[in-house]
Amino acid sequence: MEFTYAAAPESRSVVDIAPSYKLFINGDWVAGKGGTFPTINPATEEVLSKITQGSASDIDRAVKAARNAYTKIWSKLPAKERGKYLFRIARILQERAREFAVLETLNNGKPIRESRDVDIPLAAAHFFYHAGWADKLDYAGVGKSPKPYGVVGQIIPWNFPLLMLAWKIAPALATGNTVVLKPAETTPLTALLFAEVCQQADLPDGVVNIVTGDGRTGAALVNHPGIDKIAFTGSTEVGKIIARAIAGTEKKATLELGGKAANIIYDDAAIDQAVEGIINGIFFNQGHVCCAGSRLLVQESVYGTVLDKLQERMAKIRVGDPMDKNTDLGAINSAAQLAKIKELTSAGDSEGATRWSSPCELPEKGFWFAPTIFTGVTESHRIAREEIFGPVLSVLTFRTPAEAIEKANATPYGLSAGIWSEKSSKILWTAQNLRAGVIWSNTFNKFDPASPFGGYKESGWGREGGRHGLHGYLLTTQKSHSQKGGK
Amino acid sequence: MTSVLEHTDGTDSGLKRFLATLSGVDKVGVEARAAMLGTRSIKTTSKAWAIDTAISMVDLTTLEGADTPGKVRALCEKAIRPDPTDSTVPSVGAVCVYNDLVKIARTHLDDNNGARIPVAAVTTAFPSGRATMAVKIRDTHDALDAGATEIDMVIDRGAFLAGRYGEVFEEIRAIKAICKDRAHLKVILETGELVTYDNVKKASFLAMMAGADFIKTSTGKVTPAATPPVVLTMLEAVRDYYEMTGIRIGVKAAGGIRTTKDAIKQLVLVNETVGSEWLSPTLFRIGASALLNDLLLQRMKMRTGHYASANYVTVD
Repeated sequence: MEFTYAAAPESRSVVDIAPSYKLFINGDWVAGKGGTFPTINPATEEVLSKITQGSASDIDRAVKAARNAYTKIWSKLPAKERGKYLFRIARILQERAREFAVLETLNNGKPIRESRDVDIPLAAAHFFYHAGWADKLDYAGVGKSPKPYGVVGQIIPWNFPLLMLAWKIAPALATGNTVVLKPAETTPLTALLFAEVCQQADLPDGVVNIVTGDGRTGAALVNHPGIDKIAFTGSTEVGKIIARAIAGTEKKATLELGGKAANIIYDDAAIDQAVEGIINGIFFNQGHVCCAGSRLLVQESVYGTVLDKLQERMAKIRVGDPMDKNTDLGAINSAAQLAKIKELTSAGDSEGATRWSSPCELPEKGFWFAPTIFTGVTESHRIAREEIFGPVLSVLTFRTPAEAIEKANATPYGLSAGIWSEKSSKILWTAQNLRAGVIWSNTFNKFDPASPFGGYKESGWGREGGRHGLHGYLLTTQKSHSQKGGK
Repeated sequence: MTSVLEHTDGTDSGLKRFLATLSGVDKVGVEARAAMLGTRSIKTTSKAWAIDTAISMVDLTTLEGADTPGKVRALCEKAIRPDPTDSTVPSVGAVCVYNDLVKIARTHLDDNNGARIPVAAVTTAFPSGRATMAVKIRDTHDALDAGATEIDMVIDRGAFLAGRYGEVFEEIRAIKAICKDRAHLKVILETGELVTYDNVKKASFLAMMAGADFIKTSTGKVTPAATPPVVLTMLEAVRDYYEMTGIRIGVKAAGGIRTTKDAIKQLVLVNETVGSEWLSPTLFRIGASALLNDLLLQRMKMRTGHYASANYVTVD
């Protein structure tokens, strides 16, 4: 008998989307000077609201507000008071979690199950975690009484809009910096709702400023002389542009960039859980994950078994309405991203790899791509080298652990990797030899605010999260300033 | 399709060698998968379908020292007509009782339009399995002679944990030989005593290879019992066994499934692991007693729009 799941839609009525949004500068909503652009629901192409295109003069205004707040208020506040604001923000995020989850899903296209169970709880967790650090920075490992940079410019991507905001704003505020943040062009709504949370928490004006817009707004932020540090998460291509732009200036930067993670399945892995790990590694968040396990490396002796089980499991992935609580794979975030996925998968076809897609029905409206794997992929194929950032897995094989390492490391990226084996000595040896910033063993895509995240090579500079993440927002002070009466 | 038995000679060392070829079960991973499937939201028409399907899969059970003929007859009435006020409620999958009460159950069912409902008996020195083979065989003969058409046997967990796989295997084979065409054999692993998921998987294969028609989680006398990750592990074993042999083995989740929500979670596990083939009482059963009343109350709620008190279902 067939067990079909009736529609189980999350209610949209918990969110109140304004017809248009201004910029959030100095604690207030102000009109921008760069016009507006629509923001849509990628699952339906429905226009949700009109967003302000932040201009260079808007950025200037926001940076000045952030500087003023830094100088006059935030840098003078006792550290434990900063911590209280962060705790307050964290609690409000929890209280309004359902609202944030629904809004995230509407604007991003990700399944409500993921925004509800992953994005929003983790965003709140980041604020809680960093709230605790605010008055303990002497123990962050960067010397005594470390100092904030001042005003930080932050540019975040569209794949985890609120979570990436939390990764940026929570450590910046905990360490005593003030912020001008530009959310991604296609997913500004939860950042704008977060501005409301700042107001609700009585955060002093100008400590957090949110300026929406496209790449031009981001460029104006990067190039503004009043910015002390840039924190960016996005593509390696844009990361390189930012690195060039700040070269020769005093600006510091942390960059979280692309990845092409190897997910290594040894023949002694717990195969059923490894298959789940493969699914989670590449199909979580439609594969719009910089640390996605997009290159599957399977030991040849279990290749057939793994592939059969993977395809059987992929056929069970529930693709469709992101607002349905039973949806596993939602919409591709934008037409542009869908075009990029299609271009790269066509390259996979023409370079001779074999494509297999889950036999699922895709909605007519919106941007969709079925879960897909390519077999017969070799190291030289574009789909084995370039970041697809979509629900597309390239499957390669290896014969020995040494060959697995060689193939896994043969990439300009080095953000993350996965290892599946029931033999711990092999896991440790593999982890030691992988050149990747985050390595998961017998799991994948697990995030925790206490764990540093970041990459080797062209996957970026610096780390976010954990004690290491604080270093990106603190100046090391070596001089002793407690000559007498010191601790 | 090859016979799995070709891979082993039935000795301890042969079975060990074969069981060692099975991939392990990662505890964190299997629990995470079961928890994720537990978030499936089953509403409206699918909930109604799931409730009726679950009712038809219930092995309505009483396994108490205090069981009497009267209690068993009442249970049989409930099995035939779970809700006397609503004839659209399906009858349950089976009635499950101790050996000495099988005849009473069988007779009562036959005399009251319940001939289609099988009687299952628990044998082989249930629940501990601590008896000689001669006693276990005699126990099973007794049940069959009294009219049981389903035998729920327990494995010797002591032998399993001591690595005497050959002994466990032979016991199941011996009981299967007695059941032959007369009864369906359900093999109870008592997963709460096997503890690890690796053991659950190995014991599942051992039972399937030895001739089990069903593998069953628990006696109901030990906790934890039919937890979602345990059932998921067994369903995966059943699926792999089907891939290897083409033979479909049933699964019975028993113990700790008390609410409609619990039961629906089990059906979701079945649906998304082995698929719709197993969504039938011939391949999936739920061993329970209190569950049935909750299913009936939820069914009433779906029909009337409001919850009835527990006074509106019969005590069994």
